Amino acid sequence: MSLSRRDVEHIAHLARLSLGEDEISAATGSLSRILAFVDQLNAVDATGIAPMAHPLADQAQRLRPDVVTETDQHTRYQANATKVEAGLYLVPKVIE
Amino acid sequence: MSLHTLSVAELAAGLRSKQFSATELARHFIARSEAHNGLLNGYITLTPERALADAAAADARLASGQAGPLTGIPLAQKDIFCTDGIRTTCGSRMLKNFVSPYDATVVERLVAAGTVLLGKTNMDEFAMGSSNETSHFGLVRNPWDTDRVPGGSSGGSAAVVSARLAPVATGTDTGGSIRQPAALTGISGIKPTYGRVSRYGMIAFASSLDQAGIMAPSAEDCALFLEAIAGFDPRDSTSVDVPVPAYSAELGQSVKGLRIGVVREFMEGGLDPANAALIRAALQVYADQGAEIVEVSCPNMGMSVPTYYVVAPAECSSNLSRFDGVRFGHRCENPKDLMDLYKRSRGEGFGAEVKRRIMTGAYVLSAGYYDAYYLKAQQVRQLISREFAAAFTQADVLVGPTSPTPAFKIGDKVDDPITMYLNDIYTIGANLAGLPAMSIPCGLLDGLPLGLQLIGPHFAESRLLSTAHAYQQATDWHRRLPAAYA
Repeated sequence: MSLSRRDVEHIAHLARLSLGEDEISAATGSLSRILAFVDQLNAVDATGIAPMAHPLADQAQRLRPDVVTETDQHTRYQANATKVEAGLYLVPKVIE
Repeated sequence: MSLHTLSVAELAAGLRSKQFSATELARHFIARSEAHNGLLNGYITLTPERALADAAAADARLASGQAGPLTGIPLAQKDIFCTDGIRTTCGSRMLKNFVSPYDATVVERLVAAGTVLLGKTNMDEFAMGSSNETSHFGLVRNPWDTDRVPGGSSGGSAAVVSARLAPVATGTDTGGSIRQPAALTGISGIKPTYGRVSRYGMIAFASSLDQAGIMAPSAEDCALFLEAIAGFDPRDSTSVDVPVPAYSAELGQSVKGLRIGVVREFMEGGLDPANAALIRAALQVYADQGAEIVEVSCPNMGMSVPTYYVVAPAECSSNLSRFDGVRFGHRCENPKDLMDLYKRSRGEGFGAEVKRRIMTGAYVLSAGYYDAYYLKAQQVRQLISREFAAAFTQADVLVGPTSPTPAFKIGDKVDDPITMYLNDIYTIGANLAGLPAMSIPCGLLDGLPLGLQLIGPHFAESRLLSTAHAYQQATDWHRRLPAAYA
Protein backbone atom coordinates (compact mmCIF):
# COMPACT_ATOMS: atom_id res chain seq x y z
CA MET A 1 0.00 0.00 0.00
CA SER A 2 1.55 3.27 -1.08
CA LEU A 3 -0.02 6.55 -0.08
CA SER A 4 0.07 9.73 -2.12
CA ARG A 5 0.52 13.22 -0.76
CA ARG A 6 -3.20 13.79 -1.33
CA ASP A 7 -4.04 10.69 0.72
CA VAL A 8 -1.94 11.99 3.62
CA GLU A 9 -3.57 15.41 3.45
CA HIS A 10 -6.99 13.73 3.49
CA ILE A 11 -6.09 11.54 6.49
CA ALA A 12 -4.65 14.54 8.33
CA HIS A 13 -7.91 16.40 7.71
CA LEU A 14 -9.98 13.45 9.01
CA ALA A 15 -7.74 13.36 12.10
CA ARG A 16 -7.94 17.16 12.52
CA LEU A 17 -4.18 17.60 12.41
CA SER A 18 -2.36 20.47 10.78
CA LEU A 19 0.92 19.25 9.32
CA GLY A 20 3.94 21.21 8.16
CA GLU A 21 5.39 20.66 4.68
CA ASP A 22 8.18 18.42 6.03
CA GLU A 23 5.70 16.45 8.15
CA ILE A 24 3.53 15.70 5.10
CA SER A 25 6.43 14.27 3.11
CA ALA A 26 7.73 12.30 6.11
CA ALA A 27 4.26 10.91 6.83
CA THR A 28 3.78 9.87 3.19
CA GLY A 29 6.80 7.59 3.49
CA SER A 30 6.30 6.28 7.01
CA LEU A 31 2.53 5.64 6.73
CA SER A 32 3.11 3.78 3.46
CA ARG A 33 5.70 1.59 5.17
CA ILE A 34 3.42 0.92 8.16
CA LEU A 35 0.52 -0.04 5.87
CA ALA A 36 2.80 -2.32 3.83
CA PHE A 37 3.89 -3.92 7.11
CA VAL A 38 0.34 -4.55 8.35
CA ASP A 39 -0.58 -5.92 4.90
CA GLN A 40 1.03 -9.15 6.17
CA LEU A 41 -2.36 -9.81 7.73
CA ASN A 42 -3.66 -10.62 4.23
CA ALA A 43 -1.68 -13.85 4.40
CA VAL A 44 -3.83 -15.12 7.29
CA ASP A 45 -6.99 -17.02 6.43
CA ALA A 46 -9.53 -15.78 8.96
CA THR A 47 -12.67 -16.77 7.08
CA GLY A 48 -15.57 -17.19 9.45
CA ILE A 49 -13.61 -16.06 12.52
CA ALA A 50 -15.56 -13.67 14.75
CA PRO A 51 -13.78 -10.32 15.18
CA MET A 52 -12.52 -9.90 18.74
CA ALA A 53 -13.38 -6.49 20.14
CA HIS A 54 -12.78 -7.29 23.81
CA PRO A 55 -10.13 -9.50 25.39
CA LEU A 56 -12.47 -11.09 27.94
CA ALA A 57 -15.13 -12.86 25.92
CA ASP A 58 -17.69 -13.40 28.69
CA GLN A 59 -17.75 -9.82 29.94
CA ALA A 60 -20.91 -7.85 29.34
CA GLN A 61 -21.08 -4.09 29.53
CA ARG A 62 -22.35 -3.15 32.98
CA LEU A 63 -25.21 -0.79 33.69
CA ARG A 64 -25.37 1.33 36.80
CA PRO A 65 -28.39 2.63 38.69
CA ASP A 66 -29.63 5.88 37.20
CA VAL A 67 -28.75 8.08 40.15
CA VAL A 68 -26.66 11.23 40.40
CA THR A 69 -23.13 10.37 41.54
CA GLU A 70 -21.16 13.41 40.38
CA THR A 71 -21.23 16.81 41.97
CA ASP A 72 -20.80 20.13 40.17
CA GLN A 73 -17.08 20.89 39.96
CA HIS A 74 -17.02 22.94 36.78
CA THR A 75 -14.81 25.66 38.27
CA ARG A 76 -12.10 23.11 39.04
CA TYR A 77 -12.41 21.44 35.66
CA GLN A 78 -12.44 24.72 33.78
CA ALA A 79 -9.21 25.78 35.48
CA ASN A 80 -7.47 23.67 32.82
CA ALA A 81 -9.10 25.48 29.87
CA THR A 82 -7.25 28.32 28.15
CA LYS A 83 -10.34 30.44 27.49
CA VAL A 84 -13.34 30.47 29.80
CA GLU A 85 -15.89 33.17 30.53
CA ALA A 86 -18.92 33.05 32.84
CA GLY A 87 -18.58 29.29 33.21
CA LEU A 88 -18.50 28.76 29.45
CA TYR A 89 -15.69 27.52 27.21
CA LEU A 90 -14.85 30.08 24.54
CA VAL A 91 -14.28 29.02 20.93
CA PRO A 92 -14.10 30.97 17.66
CA LYS A 93 -17.44 32.05 16.26
CA VAL A 94 -19.23 29.06 14.69
CA ILE A 95 -22.48 30.63 13.42
CA GLU A 96 -22.23 33.76 11.27
CA MET B 1 22.30 1.27 56.15
CA SER B 2 21.61 1.41 52.39
CA LEU B 3 17.89 2.03 52.50
CA HIS B 4 17.62 1.87 48.72
CA THR B 5 18.77 -1.74 48.54
CA LEU B 6 16.03 -3.01 50.85
CA SER B 7 12.96 -4.78 49.50
CA VAL B 8 9.47 -3.42 50.10
CA ALA B 9 8.90 -6.06 52.80
CA GLU B 10 12.18 -5.10 54.49
CA LEU B 11 11.28 -1.41 54.33
CA ALA B 12 7.88 -2.13 55.86
CA ALA B 13 9.51 -4.18 58.65
CA GLY B 14 12.05 -1.40 59.29
CA LEU B 15 9.28 1.18 59.58
CA ARG B 16 7.31 -0.96 62.04
CA SER B 17 10.32 -1.74 64.20
CA LYS B 18 11.31 1.96 64.13
CA GLN B 19 14.75 1.36 62.62
CA PHE B 20 13.90 4.41 60.50
CA SER B 21 10.90 6.67 60.09
CA ALA B 22 8.87 7.24 56.93
CA THR B 23 10.26 10.76 56.90
CA GLU B 24 13.87 9.50 56.98
CA LEU B 25 13.01 7.04 54.22
CA ALA B 26 11.40 9.75 52.12
CA ARG B 27 14.41 12.05 52.61
CA HIS B 28 16.76 9.28 51.46
CA PHE B 29 14.86 8.69 48.21
CA ILE B 30 14.23 12.41 47.60
CA ALA B 31 17.98 13.01 47.89
CA ARG B 32 18.79 10.15 45.49
CA SER B 33 16.13 11.27 43.05
CA GLU B 34 17.33 14.88 43.08
CA ALA B 35 20.98 13.84 42.75
CA HIS B 36 20.51 11.56 39.75
CA ASN B 37 17.54 12.92 37.84
CA GLY B 38 19.62 15.48 35.98
CA LEU B 39 21.38 12.73 34.05
CA LEU B 40 18.75 9.97 33.93
CA ASN B 41 15.68 12.24 33.43
CA GLY B 42 13.44 9.49 34.79
CA TYR B 43 11.09 11.97 36.44
CA ILE B 44 9.14 14.68 34.66
CA THR B 45 8.02 16.16 37.98
CA LEU B 46 9.58 15.65 41.40
CA THR B 47 7.22 16.18 44.35
CA PRO B 48 9.49 16.44 47.43
CA GLU B 49 7.07 18.59 49.46
CA ARG B 50 4.23 16.20 48.80
CA ALA B 51 6.52 13.28 49.69
CA LEU B 52 7.41 14.82 53.05
CA ALA B 53 3.76 15.56 53.82
CA ASP B 54 2.81 11.98 52.89
CA ALA B 55 5.68 10.70 55.04
CA ALA B 56 4.59 12.77 58.05
CA ALA B 57 1.07 11.35 57.71
CA ALA B 58 2.53 7.85 57.41
CA ASP B 59 4.62 8.34 60.54
CA ALA B 60 1.49 9.38 62.42
CA ARG B 61 -0.34 6.27 61.19
CA LEU B 62 2.59 4.07 62.14
CA ALA B 63 2.71 5.61 65.61
CA SER B 64 -1.02 5.11 66.15
CA GLY B 65 -0.95 1.48 65.03
CA GLN B 66 -3.20 2.26 62.02
CA ALA B 67 -0.57 1.43 59.41
CA GLY B 68 -1.11 -1.01 56.55
CA PRO B 69 1.60 -3.07 54.84
CA LEU B 70 2.54 -0.23 52.46
CA THR B 71 2.25 2.73 54.83
CA GLY B 72 5.35 4.90 54.49
CA ILE B 73 6.75 3.17 51.39
CA PRO B 74 7.87 5.72 48.77
CA LEU B 75 6.88 5.26 45.16
CA ALA B 76 6.91 6.97 41.77
CA GLN B 77 3.81 7.28 39.59
CA LYS B 78 4.01 7.09 35.81
CA ASP B 79 2.90 10.46 34.50
CA ILE B 80 -0.04 8.81 32.73
CA PHE B 81 -1.94 8.54 36.04
CA CYS B 82 -3.94 11.61 37.01
CA THR B 83 -2.83 13.03 40.36
CA ASP B 84 -5.07 15.57 42.06
CA GLY B 85 -3.41 18.98 42.13
CA ILE B 86 -0.19 17.75 40.50
CA ARG B 87 0.75 18.29 36.86
CA THR B 88 -0.05 15.22 34.74
CA THR B 89 1.56 15.46 31.30
CA CYS B 90 1.51 11.98 29.71
CA GLY B 91 4.88 12.98 28.25
CA SER B 92 3.20 15.41 25.87
CA ARG B 93 3.33 19.09 25.03
CA MET B 94 -0.46 18.75 24.75
CA LEU B 95 -0.73 18.33 28.54
CA LYS B 96 2.31 20.37 29.53
CA ASN B 97 0.21 22.57 31.83
CA PHE B 98 -2.53 20.11 32.78
CA VAL B 99 -3.10 19.93 36.52
CA SER B 100 -5.44 17.04 37.18
CA PRO B 101 -8.56 17.89 39.20
CA TYR B 102 -8.81 14.32 40.51
CA ASP B 103 -6.85 11.15 41.36
CA ALA B 104 -6.81 8.05 39.19
CA THR B 105 -8.15 4.99 41.04
CA VAL B 106 -4.62 3.53 41.13
CA VAL B 107 -3.38 6.74 42.74
CA GLU B 108 -6.33 6.96 45.13
CA ARG B 109 -5.73 3.39 46.36
CA LEU B 110 -2.02 3.96 46.89
CA VAL B 111 -2.75 7.19 48.75
CA ALA B 112 -5.22 5.31 50.95
CA ALA B 113 -2.56 2.67 51.61
CA GLY B 114 -0.32 5.41 53.02
CA THR B 115 2.41 5.37 50.36
CA VAL B 116 4.67 8.36 49.78
CA LEU B 117 4.66 10.04 46.36
CA LEU B 118 8.18 10.90 45.14
CA GLY B 119 7.22 12.17 41.70
CA LYS B 120 5.78 11.53 38.27
CA THR B 121 7.89 9.50 35.87
CA ASN B 122 8.88 10.21 32.30
CA MET B 123 7.37 8.19 29.48
CA ASP B 124 7.00 8.02 25.73
CA GLU B 125 4.39 10.56 24.64
CA PHE B 126 0.93 9.14 25.38
CA ALA B 127 2.71 5.79 26.01
CA MET B 128 3.51 5.43 22.30
CA GLY B 129 7.05 4.19 21.99
CA SER B 130 9.49 1.49 23.02
CA SER B 131 12.52 3.58 23.93
CA ASN B 132 11.30 6.64 25.85
CA GLU B 133 12.67 8.84 23.09
CA THR B 134 9.30 10.35 22.12
CA SER B 135 8.72 12.23 25.39
CA HIS B 136 8.23 16.00 25.06
CA PHE B 137 10.26 16.25 28.27
CA GLY B 138 13.37 14.65 26.84
CA LEU B 139 14.73 11.14 26.61
CA VAL B 140 15.43 8.89 29.59
CA ARG B 141 18.82 7.23 30.04
CA ASN B 142 19.36 3.62 31.06
CA PRO B 143 21.19 3.44 34.43
CA TRP B 144 23.16 0.41 33.19
CA ASP B 145 24.66 2.43 30.32
CA THR B 146 23.61 6.04 29.99
CA ASP B 147 24.24 6.02 26.22
CA ARG B 148 21.39 3.54 25.91
CA VAL B 149 17.60 3.74 26.12
CA PRO B 150 15.69 2.31 29.11
CA GLY B 151 12.95 0.92 26.86
CA GLY B 152 9.44 2.28 26.84
CA SER B 153 6.90 3.46 27.20
CA SER B 154 7.33 3.22 31.01
CA GLY B 155 11.01 4.12 30.59
CA GLY B 156 11.08 6.67 33.42
CA SER B 157 9.55 4.23 35.91
CA ALA B 158 12.04 1.57 34.80
CA ALA B 159 15.04 3.90 35.12
CA VAL B 160 14.13 5.25 38.57
CA VAL B 161 13.52 1.76 39.98
CA SER B 162 16.62 0.32 38.30
CA ALA B 163 18.79 3.09 39.80
CA ARG B 164 16.87 2.72 43.09
CA LEU B 165 15.72 6.34 43.05
CA ALA B 166 12.40 4.79 44.11
CA PRO B 167 11.72 1.34 45.57
CA VAL B 168 8.75 0.83 43.24
CA ALA B 169 6.88 2.56 40.43
CA THR B 170 3.63 2.20 38.57
CA GLY B 171 3.57 1.52 34.84
CA THR B 172 1.10 0.86 32.08
CA ASP B 173 1.33 -1.76 29.37
CA THR B 174 -0.53 -1.60 26.05
CA GLY B 175 1.93 -3.65 23.97
CA GLY B 176 4.81 -4.32 26.36
CA SER B 177 5.33 -0.94 28.03
CA ILE B 178 5.90 -2.43 31.49
CA ARG B 179 7.68 -5.65 30.53
CA GLN B 180 10.12 -4.42 27.88
CA PRO B 181 11.56 -1.51 29.94
CA ALA B 182 11.66 -3.78 33.01
CA ALA B 183 13.74 -6.27 31.00
CA LEU B 184 16.06 -3.59 29.63
CA THR B 185 16.78 -2.13 33.07
CA GLY B 186 17.09 -5.37 35.06
CA ILE B 187 13.93 -5.12 37.18
CA SER B 188 10.66 -7.05 37.50
CA GLY B 189 7.36 -5.84 36.07
CA ILE B 190 3.85 -7.23 35.92
CA LYS B 191 1.05 -6.43 33.51
CA PRO B 192 -2.10 -7.95 35.02
CA THR B 193 -5.10 -9.39 33.20
CA TYR B 194 -7.08 -6.85 31.20
CA GLY B 195 -9.64 -5.32 33.57
CA ARG B 196 -7.82 -6.42 36.75
CA VAL B 197 -6.69 -2.89 37.63
CA SER B 198 -8.92 0.12 37.08
CA ARG B 199 -8.15 2.36 34.12
CA TYR B 200 -10.08 5.27 35.66
CA GLY B 201 -7.85 8.34 35.55
CA MET B 202 -5.21 6.54 33.50
CA ILE B 203 -4.93 8.54 30.30
CA ALA B 204 -6.21 6.30 27.52
CA PHE B 205 -4.16 5.11 24.55
CA ALA B 206 -5.83 1.89 23.29
CA SER B 207 -8.72 1.01 25.57
CA SER B 208 -9.05 -2.70 24.72
CA LEU B 209 -5.34 -3.24 25.47
CA ASP B 210 -4.30 -0.74 28.18
CA GLN B 211 -3.61 -2.12 31.64
CA ALA B 212 -1.85 -0.70 34.70
CA GLY B 213 0.78 -2.64 36.62
CA ILE B 214 3.78 -2.52 38.91
CA MET B 215 7.53 -2.24 38.32
CA ALA B 216 9.92 -3.12 41.16
CA PRO B 217 13.12 -5.06 41.77
CA SER B 218 11.43 -8.34 42.71
CA ALA B 219 8.25 -10.36 42.19
CA GLU B 220 7.61 -10.08 45.93
CA ASP B 221 7.66 -6.27 45.73
CA CYS B 222 5.30 -6.45 42.73
CA ALA B 223 2.91 -8.75 44.64
CA LEU B 224 2.69 -6.40 47.62
CA PHE B 225 1.81 -3.43 45.43
CA LEU B 226 -0.42 -5.27 42.95
CA GLU B 227 -2.74 -6.42 45.73
CA ALA B 228 -3.13 -2.78 46.74
CA ILE B 229 -4.14 -1.49 43.29
CA ALA B 230 -6.09 -4.44 41.84
CA GLY B 231 -9.82 -4.86 42.14
CA PHE B 232 -13.21 -3.80 40.92
CA ASP B 233 -13.92 -0.15 40.24
CA PRO B 234 -17.40 0.94 39.12
CA ARG B 235 -15.84 4.01 37.50
CA ASP B 236 -14.11 1.87 34.83
CA SER B 237 -16.73 0.12 32.69
CA THR B 238 -14.28 -2.65 31.75
CA SER B 239 -13.11 -3.26 35.32
CA VAL B 240 -13.74 -6.87 36.28
CA ASP B 241 -15.57 -7.85 39.46
CA VAL B 242 -13.37 -10.80 40.44
CA PRO B 243 -11.97 -11.09 43.99
CA VAL B 244 -8.30 -10.15 44.40
CA PRO B 245 -6.18 -12.88 45.99
CA ALA B 246 -3.55 -11.99 48.60
CA TYR B 247 -0.74 -12.26 46.08
CA SER B 248 2.04 -11.77 48.61
CA ALA B 249 0.65 -14.53 50.88
CA GLU B 250 0.58 -16.95 47.94
CA LEU B 251 4.17 -16.40 46.82
CA GLY B 252 5.39 -19.61 48.42
CA GLN B 253 3.59 -21.91 45.96
CA SER B 254 6.04 -24.52 44.70
CA VAL B 255 6.73 -24.96 40.99
CA LYS B 256 7.02 -28.72 41.47
CA GLY B 257 4.85 -30.32 38.83
CA LEU B 258 4.08 -26.94 37.23
CA ARG B 259 3.90 -27.29 33.45
CA ILE B 260 6.04 -24.55 31.93
CA GLY B 261 5.38 -24.13 28.23
CA VAL B 262 8.12 -22.83 25.96
CA VAL B 263 6.50 -21.07 23.03
CA ARG B 264 8.25 -22.48 19.98
CA GLU B 265 7.59 -19.36 17.88
CA PHE B 266 9.36 -17.23 20.50
CA MET B 267 12.50 -19.35 20.44
CA GLU B 268 12.77 -19.77 16.68
CA GLY B 269 12.98 -17.26 13.86
CA GLY B 270 15.84 -14.98 14.57
CA LEU B 271 16.13 -14.97 18.35
CA ASP B 272 19.73 -14.14 19.23
CA PRO B 273 21.39 -17.41 20.38
CA ALA B 274 22.87 -15.62 23.42
CA ASN B 275 19.39 -14.41 24.44
CA ALA B 276 17.97 -17.91 23.84
CA ALA B 277 20.74 -19.36 26.04
CA LEU B 278 19.65 -17.16 28.97
CA ILE B 279 16.06 -18.35 28.56
CA ARG B 280 17.19 -21.99 28.47
CA ALA B 281 19.30 -21.44 31.60
CA ALA B 282 16.21 -20.06 33.36
CA LEU B 283 14.22 -23.12 32.25
CA GLN B 284 16.92 -25.28 33.82
CA VAL B 285 16.42 -23.45 37.12
CA TYR B 286 12.74 -24.39 36.96
CA ALA B 287 13.49 -27.97 35.90
CA ASP B 288 15.82 -28.28 38.89
CA GLN B 289 12.92 -27.24 41.11
CA GLY B 290 10.70 -29.97 39.68
CA ALA B 291 8.78 -28.09 37.01
CA GLU B 292 7.87 -29.92 33.84
CA ILE B 293 9.11 -28.18 30.69
CA VAL B 294 6.89 -28.65 27.65
CA GLU B 295 6.88 -27.11 24.20
CA VAL B 296 3.80 -25.35 22.88
CA SER B 297 3.06 -23.69 19.57
CA CYS B 298 1.14 -20.56 18.66
CA PRO B 299 1.50 -20.47 14.85
CA ASN B 300 0.04 -16.98 14.35
CA MET B 301 2.19 -15.34 17.03
CA GLY B 302 4.24 -13.65 14.31
CA MET B 303 1.09 -11.78 13.27
CA SER B 304 0.75 -10.10 16.64
CA VAL B 305 2.78 -7.00 15.72
CA PRO B 306 0.90 -6.22 12.47
CA THR B 307 -2.40 -6.94 14.27
CA TYR B 308 -1.45 -4.55 17.05
CA TYR B 309 -0.43 -1.80 14.61
CA VAL B 310 -3.98 -1.78 13.25
CA VAL B 311 -5.92 -2.19 16.51
CA ALA B 312 -3.87 0.14 18.74
CA PRO B 313 -3.69 3.10 16.30
CA ALA B 314 -7.42 2.74 15.58
CA GLU B 315 -8.27 2.99 19.27
CA CYS B 316 -5.69 5.74 19.77
CA SER B 317 -7.21 7.87 17.01
CA SER B 318 -10.59 7.63 18.75
CA ASN B 319 -9.27 8.22 22.26
CA LEU B 320 -7.08 11.17 21.36
CA SER B 321 -9.93 12.95 19.59
CA ARG B 322 -10.79 14.34 23.04
CA PHE B 323 -7.85 16.74 22.72
CA ASP B 324 -9.63 19.53 20.91
CA GLY B 325 -7.91 22.62 22.30
CA VAL B 326 -11.10 23.72 24.06
CA ARG B 327 -11.61 22.11 27.45
CA PHE B 328 -8.05 21.21 28.47
CA GLY B 329 -4.69 20.76 26.87
CA HIS B 330 -2.73 22.88 24.42
CA ARG B 331 -4.60 25.56 22.49
CA CYS B 332 -3.10 27.35 19.48
CA GLU B 333 -2.83 31.15 19.30
CA ASN B 334 -5.39 33.19 17.34
CA PRO B 335 -7.43 30.47 15.64
CA LYS B 336 -9.30 31.83 12.63
CA ASP B 337 -12.18 29.40 12.99
CA LEU B 338 -13.14 26.25 14.89
CA MET B 339 -11.49 23.89 12.37
CA ASP B 340 -8.28 25.90 12.57
CA LEU B 341 -8.46 25.71 16.37
CA TYR B 342 -8.77 21.91 16.30
CA LYS B 343 -6.11 21.33 13.65
CA ARG B 344 -3.44 23.67 14.90
CA SER B 345 -3.94 22.86 18.59
CA ARG B 346 -3.51 19.16 17.79
CA GLY B 347 -0.78 19.71 15.21
CA GLU B 348 1.25 21.74 17.72
CA GLY B 349 0.38 19.72 20.82
CA PHE B 350 1.20 16.22 19.57
CA GLY B 351 4.66 14.93 18.65
CA ALA B 352 5.64 13.01 15.52
CA GLU B 353 4.99 9.45 16.73
CA VAL B 354 1.59 10.31 18.20
CA LYS B 355 0.54 12.00 14.95
CA ARG B 356 1.76 8.98 13.01
CA ARG B 357 -0.39 6.64 15.12
CA ILE B 358 -3.45 8.88 14.98
CA MET B 359 -3.19 9.04 11.19
CA THR B 360 -2.64 5.28 10.86
CA GLY B 361 -5.75 4.79 12.98
CA ALA B 362 -7.80 7.32 11.05
CA TYR B 363 -6.82 5.57 7.83
CA VAL B 364 -7.63 1.98 8.92
CA LEU B 365 -10.99 3.14 10.24
CA SER B 366 -11.88 5.25 7.20
CA ALA B 367 -14.61 4.39 4.72
CA GLY B 368 -13.53 1.66 2.31
CA TYR B 369 -10.65 0.41 4.47
CA TYR B 370 -12.38 -0.60 7.70
CA ASP B 371 -13.07 -4.20 6.61
CA ALA B 372 -9.68 -4.78 5.03
CA TYR B 373 -7.71 -3.51 8.02
CA TYR B 374 -9.62 -3.13 11.25
CA LEU B 375 -12.04 -6.04 10.93
CA LYS B 376 -9.29 -8.31 9.60
CA ALA B 377 -7.01 -7.39 12.49
CA GLN B 378 -9.78 -8.13 15.01
CA GLN B 379 -10.21 -11.56 13.38
CA VAL B 380 -6.50 -12.34 13.58
CA ARG B 381 -6.59 -11.12 17.18
CA GLN B 382 -9.24 -13.77 17.84
CA LEU B 383 -7.01 -16.44 16.24
CA ILE B 384 -4.03 -15.43 18.38
CA SER B 385 -6.21 -15.44 21.49
CA ARG B 386 -7.50 -18.95 20.70
CA GLU B 387 -3.95 -20.21 20.19
CA PHE B 388 -3.02 -18.96 23.64
CA ALA B 389 -6.10 -20.68 25.09
CA ALA B 390 -5.07 -23.94 23.40
CA ALA B 391 -1.52 -23.58 24.72
CA PHE B 392 -2.90 -23.21 28.25
CA THR B 393 -4.48 -26.65 28.01
CA GLN B 394 -0.92 -28.03 27.78
CA ALA B 395 0.91 -25.65 30.08
CA ASP B 396 0.20 -23.64 33.24
CA VAL B 397 2.61 -20.82 32.42
CA LEU B 398 4.17 -19.85 29.10
CA VAL B 399 7.71 -18.52 28.89
CA GLY B 400 9.96 -16.83 26.41
CA PRO B 401 12.15 -13.78 26.07
CA THR B 402 10.74 -10.33 26.87
CA SER B 403 12.73 -8.41 24.31
CA PRO B 404 14.77 -9.39 21.24
CA THR B 405 17.90 -7.54 22.39
CA PRO B 406 19.27 -5.76 25.46
CA ALA B 407 18.96 -1.96 25.61
CA PHE B 408 19.98 -0.35 22.32
CA LYS B 409 21.84 2.94 21.80
CA ILE B 410 19.97 6.21 22.00
CA GLY B 411 19.05 7.30 18.47
CA ASP B 412 19.60 3.88 16.88
CA LYS B 413 15.99 3.18 15.98
CA VAL B 414 14.27 6.57 15.99
CA ASP B 415 14.26 6.96 12.21
CA ASP B 416 12.48 3.72 11.38
CA PRO B 417 9.10 3.11 13.02
CA ILE B 418 8.88 -0.53 11.89
CA THR B 419 12.22 -1.46 13.49
CA MET B 420 11.05 0.23 16.69
CA TYR B 421 7.68 -1.56 16.59
CA LEU B 422 9.38 -4.96 16.28
CA ASN B 423 10.90 -4.50 19.75
CA ASP B 424 7.56 -5.61 21.11
CA ILE B 425 7.34 -8.82 19.10
CA TYR B 426 7.29 -11.02 22.22
CA THR B 427 5.11 -8.85 24.44
CA ILE B 428 2.18 -7.78 22.25
CA GLY B 429 0.47 -11.19 22.16
CA ALA B 430 -0.45 -11.02 25.85
CA ASN B 431 -2.09 -7.62 25.35
CA LEU B 432 -4.12 -8.79 22.35
CA ALA B 433 -5.44 -11.73 24.37
CA GLY B 434 -5.79 -9.73 27.63
CA LEU B 435 -3.48 -12.13 29.49
CA PRO B 436 -1.41 -11.34 32.59
CA ALA B 437 2.33 -11.36 31.89
CA MET B 438 5.49 -10.37 33.65
CA SER B 439 9.18 -9.90 33.00
CA ILE B 440 11.91 -10.77 35.48
CA PRO B 441 15.66 -10.26 35.09
CA CYS B 442 17.36 -13.47 33.96
CA GLY B 443 20.93 -12.50 33.20
CA LEU B 444 23.30 -10.06 31.57
CA LEU B 445 24.47 -9.90 27.98
CA ASP B 446 27.63 -7.81 27.55
CA GLY B 447 26.88 -6.25 30.92
CA LEU B 448 23.30 -5.35 30.00
CA PRO B 449 20.21 -6.96 31.56
CA LEU B 450 17.67 -9.11 29.75
CA GLY B 451 14.30 -10.43 30.86
CA LEU B 452 12.46 -13.72 31.06
CA GLN B 453 8.81 -13.33 30.18
CA LEU B 454 6.10 -15.35 31.94
CA ILE B 455 2.55 -15.36 30.54
CA GLY B 456 -0.45 -16.86 32.34
CA PRO B 457 -4.13 -17.52 31.70
CA HIS B 458 -6.65 -14.81 32.61
CA PHE B 459 -6.51 -13.93 36.34
CA ALA B 460 -3.47 -16.17 36.99
CA GLU B 461 -1.43 -13.29 38.47
CA SER B 462 -0.85 -15.27 41.64
CA ARG B 463 0.66 -18.16 39.67
CA LEU B 464 2.86 -15.79 37.65
CA LEU B 465 4.12 -14.03 40.77
CA SER B 466 4.86 -17.23 42.65
CA THR B 467 6.59 -18.73 39.59
CA ALA B 468 8.71 -15.60 39.29
CA HIS B 469 9.38 -15.64 43.05
CA ALA B 470 10.55 -19.28 42.88
CA TYR B 471 13.13 -18.25 40.26
CA GLN B 472 14.23 -15.29 42.37
CA GLN B 473 14.70 -17.53 45.40
CA ALA B 474 17.26 -19.52 43.37
CA THR B 475 18.99 -16.63 41.55
CA ASP B 476 20.15 -13.11 42.33
CA TRP B 477 19.75 -11.28 39.02
CA HIS B 478 16.99 -9.15 40.57
CA ARG B 479 19.41 -7.95 43.24
CA ARG B 480 22.02 -6.69 40.78
CA LEU B 481 22.28 -2.94 40.56
CA PRO B 482 23.92 -0.86 37.87
CA ALA B 483 27.38 -0.10 39.32
CA ALA B 484 27.00 3.69 39.35
CA TYR B 485 23.88 3.46 41.54
CA ALA B 486 24.83 0.74 44.00
